[in-house]
Amino acid sequence: MADMSAYRFTKTHEWVKPEGSDEALVGITDHAQAQLGDVIFLELPAQGARLSAGGRFGAVESVKAASDLYSPVSGEVVAINSEVSSSPELVNQDPQGRGWLIRVRVDGDLPRDLLDSAAYDSFAEADTH
Amino acid sequence: MSANLKSVPLEAVHRAAGGQLVAFAGYSMPLHYGSIRAEHLAVRLRAGLFDVSHMGEVNVTGPGALGFLQELVTNDVAKLTPGRALYTVMCRPDGGIVDDLLVYRDEDGYMCVVNAARHDVDLDWMGQCLAGHQAQLEDVSAETVLLAVQGPEATGIVQSLCPEADLSQIRYYHHRHGEVGGIPARISRTGYTGEDGFELYVEASHARELWSKVLEAGQPRGIVPAGLGARDTLRLEAGFRLYGQDIGEDTDPLSAGLGWVVKLGKGTFNGSDSLGRISGSPPRAFVGLRLGAREVPRHGYPIYRSSRQVGEVTSGSFGFTVGAGLAMGYVDPEVSAVGTELRVRLRSDPEQWATAPVVALPFYQRPPG
Repeated sequence: MADMSAYRFTKTHEWVKPEGSDEALVGITDHAQAQLGDVIFLELPAQGARLSAGGRFGAVESVKAASDLYSPVSGEVVAINSEVSSSPELVNQDPQGRGWLIRVRVDGDLPRDLLDSAAYDSFAEADTH
Repeated sequence: MSANLKSVPLEAVHRAAGGQLVAFAGYSMPLHYGSIRAEHLAVRLRAGLFDVSHMGEVNVTGPGALGFLQELVTNDVAKLTPGRALYTVMCRPDGGIVDDLLVYRDEDGYMCVVNAARHDVDLDWMGQCLAGHQAQLEDVSAETVLLAVQGPEATGIVQSLCPEADLSQIRYYHHRHGEVGGIPARISRTGYTGEDGFELYVEASHARELWSKVLEAGQPRGIVPAGLGARDTLRLEAGFRLYGQDIGEDTDPLSAGLGWVVKLGKGTFNGSDSLGRISGSPPRAFVGLRLGAREVPRHGYPIYRSSRQVGEVTSGSFGFTVGAGLAMGYVDPEVSAVGTELRVRLRSDPEQWATAPVVALPFYQRPPG
């Protein structure tokens, strides 16, 4: 797995990873994809859409359930991962890599209430039981 | 995993193969070994191996076995010659379905295969119905393992383990006792996936050996272990009803579209009076609905005709082969004709609807040959 130190996580099981000076990738966590099972399709925002931290930005439909996606950050969607639109199984296979969902131009710094990798892992573990 | 769940003999094998075990019908069973989608597609394109040992097997013997079964089930067991199998339901006197089951005919008796979740209820009901018949029931569920090999490569894989026999002689819904990889088995050309294949009944002590031999023999042909998740999406595409979802004590076989297993002409049987009364005009109709590629219906979603609710989804999921959301459920008979434009409410807040035309079942049929 990639170096996790750059990733930050929400309690709603999304991750965000800074890219360059003011952009970031957003996706769902490995824990989330394991809980959801096979992803059938994703409902994602259009390029240019405005996101606010904690706000709903889309949904993921899996064999098990439809789940809303909540943005870890505020900002503007600059790209959608077209690869996951055509091959949603990428979200299961590589959720924190090639299965990223959107690229966002982030307003300012990352919110302070996001979890680091260790904090998220213990949160997710508790969430499973 | 809860301590009061029953284990199937292959549980450790499933764990070692990466199976995600879930509680199903009181058993700890593999839901998938990584991906339901991959397993579903493997069964459609190559082959899958399913452990369905949670199913119950009950032998029926004695001079009164036929008379007992004729009264118990709705289909005509008198037509069943040794080496054949039939699908049927058994009903309460009010026509409600106790369970759906397979009945196998052997030279010296019958074997009924029932749903795991209904095993105890079925045994109790069958015991009550036994009164007045010279027949015996023997529950062999615990010592019987059932493995299903399904998919276009399935018959070739099983044949490679049966060098002595010509399995092409076993036609659909026929069975034979023989050896698979040297293991005594009931070899049955049946399944719950819509694909060709065999279901193999063996003694529990042979389970591990048979599992390994089938996987090994099937490896060059791309067989994969497949779990209950794929079994459910496969059976949905094939239009098979699932007990507890599509049928139950509160549904009758005629409304469920299972009139072909109800033989009112064969004489009196449990439920025959009630079913006779609604024959020709069942109160509800069981239909298939096809949604879009980005619309997934689920159990319990309401079905509408314009603004009036006309029914409810009993089984719904995404059909990985068909590439669309698929639903089955009951609707008012007047809106059940193929081509009728219905709607399924996917979400209530905010409201989200899918256009859902009634389509003929099954949703998927395997290509001939």
